[in-house]
This record gives sequence, C-alpha cells and structure tokens, in this order.
Amino acid sequence: MKQARTKGFRTALPFLLPSLAGFILFSILPIIGTLFISVTNWDGLSELTLVSDFPNFMEKFFVGFENYQRLFQSEVLYQALFNTLKFIVMYIPLMLVVSLCVAAILNNKVKGVGFFRIVYYIPVITSWVAGSLIWKWVLNPQYGILNSILSKFGIQGPQWLQSAKWAMPAIVLASVWKDMGYFGLMFLSGLQGINREYYEAASIDGANGIQKFFKITLPLLTPTIFFVLIISLINSFQIFPQVMIMTPNGGPGGSTMVMVELIYKYGFEYYEMGIASALSWILFVIIMLLTFVQMKFQKKWVNYDD
Amino acid sequence: MMTDVIKKKRLIFKILFYVFAVLVAVIVCVPFFWMFVTSIKSKGALMLLPIEWIPKDPTFDAYRKLFTIPNFGTSIINSFYISIIGTVLRLLFAAMAAFALTKIQFKGRGVIFGLYITALMIPAQTTFIPLFIVMGKLNLINNLNAFLFLQLFNAFAIFMMRQKMMTINDAYIEAATIDGASMWKVFFKIILPLCSGTLATLAILSFMELWNDYLLPLVLLTDRANYTLPLILNSMQGQYSNQYNLMMAGSLVSIIPILIVYIFAQKYFKEGLTVGGVKG
Repeated sequence: MKQARTKGFRTALPFLLPSLAGFILFSILPIIGTLFISVTNWDGLSELTLVSDFPNFMEKFFVGFENYQRLFQSEVLYQALFNTLKFIVMYIPLMLVVSLCVAAILNNKVKGVGFFRIVYYIPVITSWVAGSLIWKWVLNPQYGILNSILSKFGIQGPQWLQSAKWAMPAIVLASVWKDMGYFGLMFLSGLQGINREYYEAASIDGANGIQKFFKITLPLLTPTIFFVLIISLINSFQIFPQVMIMTPNGGPGGSTMVMVELIYKYGFEYYEMGIASALSWILFVIIMLLTFVQMKFQKKWVNYDD
Repeated sequence: MMTDVIKKKRLIFKILFYVFAVLVAVIVCVPFFWMFVTSIKSKGALMLLPIEWIPKDPTFDAYRKLFTIPNFGTSIINSFYISIIGTVLRLLFAAMAAFALTKIQFKGRGVIFGLYITALMIPAQTTFIPLFIVMGKLNLINNLNAFLFLQLFNAFAIFMMRQKMMTINDAYIEAATIDGASMWKVFFKIILPLCSGTLATLAILSFMELWNDYLLPLVLLTDRANYTLPLILNSMQGQYSNQYNLMMAGSLVSIIPILIVYIFAQKYFKEGLTVGGVKG
C-alpha cells in the first residue's frame, strides 16, 4: 500500500505524544520499577527515590534475591499456586464443555436463536462485583437458592463459601457462569468458520453425526480450542474480584488465596512492597511463558480450512 | 413417506434445540432472578424458611434505603464520570496514535508499534503496585482523574484503530493535503468519520471495562467520596452484612446502565465480541 507523503517524525510527534507519555509512565516504568523494587525491602511508606536518587535508594534498601528466596522457601507462594491449580483443574474442563454446548446451541438457524445469544451474554457484561455478590447470596447455605433447589432433589447442599473443601468449587461455578457466554461466542465464530461443504460431502459418503463431529468439527475447531485454552489459563492466574469478594482474606483455611490477592495483601496490608513486587514478577513470568507457548505452538495446532 | 420422516426428524431436532436452549437460559438467569426477587423483599423476608421464590409482600424499601447510603449517589456520578470521559479520551488518544502509525511515515514507526503491542501482554494484575507508586508521584492517588490519565495509552484500542486505518485509502489524505488541509484537519474531518464503526465498538468495550473495573479503583481510590459504584457495592458487604435485599438492589442498579447499552448497541457488541477475543 502506498503511504501518504513522507512527513517525518515532527508531524507524527503531536499525534504520538499522549500515547508515548502513557506508555512510558504507566507501562514501562511500572514493569521495570517492579523489577527493581523486588530486590529491595522498601516498605512503601518511606519515600521512593528510585528514579531521582537511584544509588542512594538501592544502598538503603537493596537485599538481593532475599525476597524471592523467602517466597520460594515459605508456604504462601505454593499455596497460592496450588489454589490456582485447583481452580484450573475444575474450571477449564467445565468451562470448555459448557461453552462448547453454548456454541452448539447458537450454531443453529432456528427461530429465537438471536434472543438466546443475547441472554447468554448477560453475565459477561455484568461486573464481577455484582456477580460475586449475587453468587454469594445464591450460595448462602441456609437462605440461598442453590441449596434450596438441591434439597428439592433430596440433596443436602454443602456449606459452599464457608467450607474449605467447597469454597473453590463454588468460585469455579460462579466463574463458569460468568464466562460461558464469552467463550461460547468465541467457539461459535470458530464453528461458523467451518466450510459447510465438508459436512455435505461427509453426508454423501454416509457419515453419521458422531463421525462428523470427530472427523470434521473437532479437528477444524482445534485452533479455537487452543486459543480459548491459553486465554483461559492466563485468566486463571489472574482471578481476583471473585475470590476477593466472595471469600475475603483467602477464604476458609486460605483455600481460595490466589496470586493477585497475595500481591494485594503484601502491598497494601503488610506494606512489604519488595515481596509484593517479587510476587508480581513471578506472576508476570508465568503469564509471559503462557503467552510464549501460545505464539510458539499456534502454528503447529492450526488446521487451516482450505 | 420420505418427506414425513424428514419432517419428523426436523421437529424432533427443533424440540431438542429449544429444550437445551431454554435449559441454559434458565441456568444463566436464575442468579439474576434471585437478585431481583431478593431486592424487593423486606429485611425480615430474607430469612424466611422455606425461602420465598416470589415474595408475598414485595416492597421497594431496599431501593429507597440504597440512596440514603452515604456516597451511593456520588459513586454513580463518579462511575459515569470515569466511564464516559475516560472512553472519549481513550478513543481520541488511540486514534491519534494509530493515525501517526499508519498515515505518517517516519523512522522508528515499526519499533514504536512493536513496543506498544508488547504492552498488550502486560496485565494490570502484575503492575498495580508500581502503578500505585507512579500515581503517588503524580499526586493522583485518591483522584478520579487518575483514570483519565490512564487513557493516554491503551494498547488494545491502538491496535484496533490501526487495523481499521490500514484499510483506509491514502488517496483521501493526499487529496486533502493538496487542498492545503493540515494533518489535524485530515485526522478529524476525514479519518475519524471513516472509523466510526470501529470507534463505536471500542467505545462500548471501553465503557463496559471502566464501569465494571474493580482492581484499579480499589488500589487507587482511598476515600469513600471518590469511590466508584463497584467499590461502594463492595463496601456494603461490611456495613450491611446479611442485608442482601440492599446489596441485590445495589447490584441491580449497577447492571442497568450496562444492560441498556448492551441491548441498544447490539450491532456493535456483536462486532466487539469477535475482536475482543484478542484481549482475553
């Protein structure tokens, strides 16, 4: 494509200035700042002279890798990672199945399908604060609607958010409810990208519905499945509002304490900015690795239609 | 004979479709139904057993009381303030950046875009501690305008605007500049109108994000008078614990503006869904 006449940097600068300023102040500075603070024991209360007086600041607060060492030797980090793992193991399979069902339902040309699409997406547009409060009340062991429904089937519902065993499954339920429309619509666009002719050809060859699903739909949907998988993995490491609101203070027995909540606690409750920053970097590295996996292997997984 | 079989098959298929579709819709809606029902219950009716699916004495007391809660009204105004002004600023700055990155040639353009795209991968969840510090240095802690300053740079919006602007033919710009129009005039009079669809989609996503955000307001706003609606809702848990009629009424009020935008801007929402995927 032919570009507009060369105008040079001076023409571009006024247009770029706001985004450059924001990029430096709110993206670059924070991410590099975290790295430096993570090797100090700065408390967040005494003045931060990281930029204006770097040598003095480092001399005063530098502790080397002590924060990382402390974290890797203590239980809190492993507990948060273990809780995240618990979340992932339950959330991802359930979310995949439910959102594939959502997509399968919406992928029909039947009257009223547009209405259902609108309805399924409402939890996605709802804030997590409202969503968490609603679910907290739905899950109330005594007066909540879920245990009331369960009791109609003769099931004695658990204590949900008050129980160390059931708090995380409860958070998973709420999260699947909140996200199924989002990932469902992602799968829907994946399904709609599959060429109809494949199905017609398979029908002529006498393939049944199950064969068509496993031989056509699933292979051609793998890129979407992979994309959703990675995105939801990345999101799983970052869950915050639902755990913070539904189960404050890490939940019963710390069973729902996750990474972001840990960072928040160390930063704004214990004022251990060094530890909080070290945790931020650990989380950052995990997310970068997942993003890298996505970019690296996407090509391998992709089944190009045509 | 044959057509009968096909007709029968179609009918069974249709029935199955509606059974499943309605089932999922019920699962989605029951929590919202429970929210609404609870919000029109009196305080005493909350703790009745067996629970009332339809309240015997519906009342709007919870809604009346809601607006007497300190700072509840202000928090709605605060939320509208950062969501609307923030959205306008985000779109403006992103469009400006995208304009420079697609329509003005200069050295280092590719590098800048590459850096911007890298920023897409840095989630707010990993940088809110230093962000708090930076905002402190800028004297923007406990200041709603912090959320306006944050709009200076939004990697996702820039990415989207760039995608759109790459499809715009440069001949428009050349014709205008030959006629003596400045780059600003080209930007505002020619480029922006041509991007209206993308701008609308981005505006909806942005409004939704700012209206619903929890983490950054929690970190950056310390004084109740400056709280946004999600923060006030969250704080009600401590003050009015177990007064779920109040909390459900508050939740419902917080959902309404988003719901209105959602229903009236379906077209742009549909587009936003597929592009929003990049963001996760």
